[in-house]
Amino acid sequence: MNKDASAAPPSRKSGLWFPHLSSRVFAVWQRDFDVFRRLFWVSFAVPMLEPIFYLLALGFGLGLFVKEIHGIPYPRFIAPGLVSVAIMHGSFFECSYASFVRMYYQKTFDAIIATPVNLEEVVAGEILWGATRATINATVVFLVVTAFGLSSPLHLAGILPLAFLGGILFGSLGMISTALIPSIDYFNIPIFLFLTPMFLFSGTFFPLEVLPEAAQKASFALLPLTHMVKIARSLMLSRHDTGVLGSLLWIVVVALITFPLALYLMQRRLIK
Amino acid sequence: MEAVIFAQGLTKCYNSFTAVAGIDFTVYAGEVLGFLGPNGAGKTTTIRMITCTSPLTSGTLTVFGMDVSLHPREIKTQTGVAPQENNLDPDFTVLQNLLTYGRYFRLPREEIHGRAAELLEFVQLDEKANEQVEKLSGGMKRRLILARSLLNRPKLLILDEPTTGLDPQGRRLIWERIRALRQGGITVVLTTHYMEEAEQICDRILIMDQGQIIAEGSPSELIRRHVGGEVLEVVPEEGAEATILAEVEGCCPYQRLGEKLEIFTPDGAGMLERLRARAKLSSFGIRRPNLEDVFLRLTGRDLRE
Repeated sequence: MNKDASAAPPSRKSGLWFPHLSSRVFAVWQRDFDVFRRLFWVSFAVPMLEPIFYLLALGFGLGLFVKEIHGIPYPRFIAPGLVSVAIMHGSFFECSYASFVRMYYQKTFDAIIATPVNLEEVVAGEILWGATRATINATVVFLVVTAFGLSSPLHLAGILPLAFLGGILFGSLGMISTALIPSIDYFNIPIFLFLTPMFLFSGTFFPLEVLPEAAQKASFALLPLTHMVKIARSLMLSRHDTGVLGSLLWIVVVALITFPLALYLMQRRLIK
Repeated sequence: MEAVIFAQGLTKCYNSFTAVAGIDFTVYAGEVLGFLGPNGAGKTTTIRMITCTSPLTSGTLTVFGMDVSLHPREIKTQTGVAPQENNLDPDFTVLQNLLTYGRYFRLPREEIHGRAAELLEFVQLDEKANEQVEKLSGGMKRRLILARSLLNRPKLLILDEPTTGLDPQGRRLIWERIRALRQGGITVVLTTHYMEEAEQICDRILIMDQGQIIAEGSPSELIRRHVGGEVLEVVPEEGAEATILAEVEGCCPYQRLGEKLEIFTPDGAGMLERLRARAKLSSFGIRRPNLEDVFLRLTGRDLRE
């Protein structure tokens, strides 16, 4: 304890900022997990029906007309997209609406930072929980599509780490929104201007190649979901794709930037 | 006496607004110290600096001899905080609130359970252990916050307006618990704008106004020093006020409260004789001065926002 306390923020005196994280992050994670367990049916089971509806409507409904894309039956084509969307939504909503409610309405963060847990640890714990949520949601969607025979259960071994990594990235993006918006209504901005276009234009429901060249470039440059879908599809369809390593690198680098940025921006918002 | 908190030139500015303007104070081990002041006086800002949740703009502030900006974790490990706002976790029961909070201090599981049971009894909530927090009354929520602030067996307890919004029974119960804690040797710093609360439970009071400490002392000292003697309250009959004011002006301090004049004098009965000889009074009375008189004299009677 002495160690992490004395290592605490002399940096703040010099005007520099870097996060001070310890295993106390897990106490914050545990709190969120306990609430999740308590509200299991409403917070988890009901929203999980959504991807099943998509699969039925698009995969098996629209799929009757589309039949195949690049020789892949349409339901199999969109299955990795649905898993990727579950990752994005699971962590982004947890670290946007849910975190904002805890921060602003319930004052949960204020309660926690009166204890030896510091704000960086609270925020890191929230993002870690967001990534956990993404992993849980992705696993369930994966199991559903697998039950429909659209993937092999063995691929779960690849989906789990991918979901957690993507969860850190989307959770950090959600937390950055939380740090920047003036009130809860403003979440419409990142959701409708960022999440919804990603949902539609990241190669989830149709291949990116049909888009104009510039739009394809923009999709790869700016949309994390494009990279998630690319990796998930290559994994679940067992198809070698030379771009996968680049996409993985893209996600790791952007996560390494957005995670500390989320911590910093929350610090700036709350410590006054 | 051992200093638990030491502040010198403590200053907090938000952009161009100065919330705390270079205050000096010391809190000694085992005392109950009250910060008293109108809204916006800087009490809560001072508390937030003591609890290491708001960085200082300038000055020195140490708690347990440690600089708040260098050792926040060590300080917070030994401090209990009951904030002004109810920030209990609405997703949990009474007991779960305590169990979750104990984890933030890295207390062992069995210890948290034992301590939680003890504290729920202490604040008379043992029968509510499995109740959802949302279903508690305002008074019960305040008591649960008090229990939560004691989980880590703090040496220093910080209470920001501990009884605001409570009914008299609820308020008295909290006061009585604070006295019991003081008997146990804990140091308590609280803010309040209830004069009775300050008089009832504080050993020493710091009156703050506009970011500064404008008076300091025990409740009785403050009354003696700033008001003294007795308070003669008179309501003059129509037209008689000018005569009374002429009599009082320059001889004793007074203040107006609607139609009523409160005159601070060493000899209430003598002054009353004098006034009645010269003017008609529709009512009058003599009472002992209280902390509210001190407070209003020092901070003014105007309504502050």
